[in-house]
Amino acid sequence: MKAACWMGRGNVEVREVPDPRILNGHDAIVRVTSTAVCGSDLHLYDGFVPTMKKGDILGHEFMGEVVEVGPDVRNLRVGDRVVVPFTIACGRCAACGLGLYSVCENSNPNAGLAEKFLGHSPAGAFGHSHMLGGYPGGQAEYVRVPFADVGPITIEDGLADEQVLFLSDILPAGWMGAEMCDIKPGDVVAVWGAGPVGQFAVAGAYLMGAEQVVCIDRFAYRLRIAERAGATTLDYEEVDVRDALLDLTAGRGPDACVDAVGMEAHYANPALYAYDRTKQATRLESDRPYALREAVMNCRNGGIVAVIGLYTGFLDKFPMGAVMNRSLTLKAGQCHVQRYLKPLLALIREGDIDPSFVITHRLPLGEAPRGYQLFRDKQDGCNKVVLTP
Amino acid sequence: MTGRHQRASDRLSRTLSGAMERVGPALGRVRLAAPSAVRRLGRPAAVAGAVAATGAGAYAATRAWVRRPEAAPGEGMDLHAAVTVKRPRDEVYRFWHGFEQLSAFMAHVESVTTVGGVTHWTARGPAGKAVEWDARIVEDLRDEVISWRSTRAALVPNSGSVRFRDAPGGRGTEVRVHLRYDPPGGRAGLAVARLLGEHPEQQVRDDLRRFKQVMETGEVVRSEGSPEGARALRQLRRRPAQPVR
Repeated sequence: MKAACWMGRGNVEVREVPDPRILNGHDAIVRVTSTAVCGSDLHLYDGFVPTMKKGDILGHEFMGEVVEVGPDVRNLRVGDRVVVPFTIACGRCAACGLGLYSVCENSNPNAGLAEKFLGHSPAGAFGHSHMLGGYPGGQAEYVRVPFADVGPITIEDGLADEQVLFLSDILPAGWMGAEMCDIKPGDVVAVWGAGPVGQFAVAGAYLMGAEQVVCIDRFAYRLRIAERAGATTLDYEEVDVRDALLDLTAGRGPDACVDAVGMEAHYANPALYAYDRTKQATRLESDRPYALREAVMNCRNGGIVAVIGLYTGFLDKFPMGAVMNRSLTLKAGQCHVQRYLKPLLALIREGDIDPSFVITHRLPLGEAPRGYQLFRDKQDGCNKVVLTP
Repeated sequence: MTGRHQRASDRLSRTLSGAMERVGPALGRVRLAAPSAVRRLGRPAAVAGAVAATGAGAYAATRAWVRRPEAAPGEGMDLHAAVTVKRPRDEVYRFWHGFEQLSAFMAHVESVTTVGGVTHWTARGPAGKAVEWDARIVEDLRDEVISWRSTRAALVPNSGSVRFRDAPGGRGTEVRVHLRYDPPGGRAGLAVARLLGEHPEQQVRDDLRRFKQVMETGEVVRSEGSPEGARALRQLRRRPAQPVR
């Protein structure tokens, strides 16, 4: 089959690889009908995520048709149309029992390696480094889905792929970011990052009753999409974010701040940007935390900072004094996708949200390399790439 | 960044995961370079310094919370590992007590057979050489503890115990394994060292991880990149995340 493979920093190739086969009783094989490139794929593409190996199949946002099921999968049948969550969860451990699927205790066969970097191991994930399991991803014609009796949600009705594909990651990720804000009437929520996850966080925060949602980025085309989702937008290269937030909230600061940027943040101040960029390039720190620093510093006293942007390692100059002295609550997590599939599918079905508004590019799988390049370089207004095998 | 520096930092990121695997006291002595030193020095020197300091820094950051003495060669070796399994204690005890099933999750144990109170173990080292021994059950308290000791004929005298306790608040069962090996040195010592590898404690932890997988999900979890399941020692030689032909 054909699959988009990571061949080194900045190098994705569509290659011919063996077809997947059932390895465990709880597996299913899915023929991929739609798959997308995620912002976190760009961190892999840019070479910032450790434990990648040349030849790894990328992709963790995908959906398709079940073509084979293992003997222990009883809820799916050949021919079922499914969306597959990007985190792999066994559904039977203590973490899964608590709904914390992205920290499933059993799904990462390389847990020992992850523990060295992270202390304890999170769940395994599709197409996302060997630290997270070494599972081939879904930017391919076929994919093996472990614990297929737990993750995939069946899409029975006439909804289009593009309406439901993002249930696999970015829609619930943005939603969870908003949910972590514990939104009360009158709350102002600020979202750093107007990428698709930030755009969904904006939409989610409004559906949860936020008074106003402010979205901060530097790309006009992304801010325009966030605006369509209802956000008040700030271009941090044009305005002083702190002044603007103080003005919008009459000095209080946002009640909750969402970091939907993560480890490869940009900064309007060239000197500060160069400082962190150099340290990251020389591996003195693995992650560049401007958005997070700014979110912490601007959040109102006693407010919530929710981190849904991807971080993989270590930060420098984290304003812990602000967190501690101002009674901030820091929340974070990879999305527990399985938890949100049903409620969000219901919202899509009822027309409360149509996630396809984030898509700007539709390409065949064979053009995955171009999709990665357009998305990374922010060319051609590239907000979200959907690939069709 | 120039190609040369890029390659240096690429190499670093590749070797970092290797360094993380190694448990050695030496890195603890390396001092972290201050960021100001990076600015003061020229770029190549800064990169070289960063390379040295980053290994130590990342190592220190990840190892800050654990300090574990390693057994010196020739001495006896004590290994501990523990895991919480979300199953009732009697079920967990019963699974372990059916010794024949232990090879389902113990990576290098090929088979265990029981005759009377004696279990016969066959294991295979990475070199493919079979090691066999008999062990006698010395204590067996239902739902509490099973302990064993190798018989006198064993090439490498060893003993072990597994203890079962209710985890607090309905969290299942706490399983604690203690193993002791007394390699006599010479060829037998070499055989056991081969069998256990360089990081025996990691192997025991991996065994318990697979034990938990089998108890909770009914299977050893495998990926295409790690088809043999949880086995930290194999991860530096891992294959790409592609289907196995």
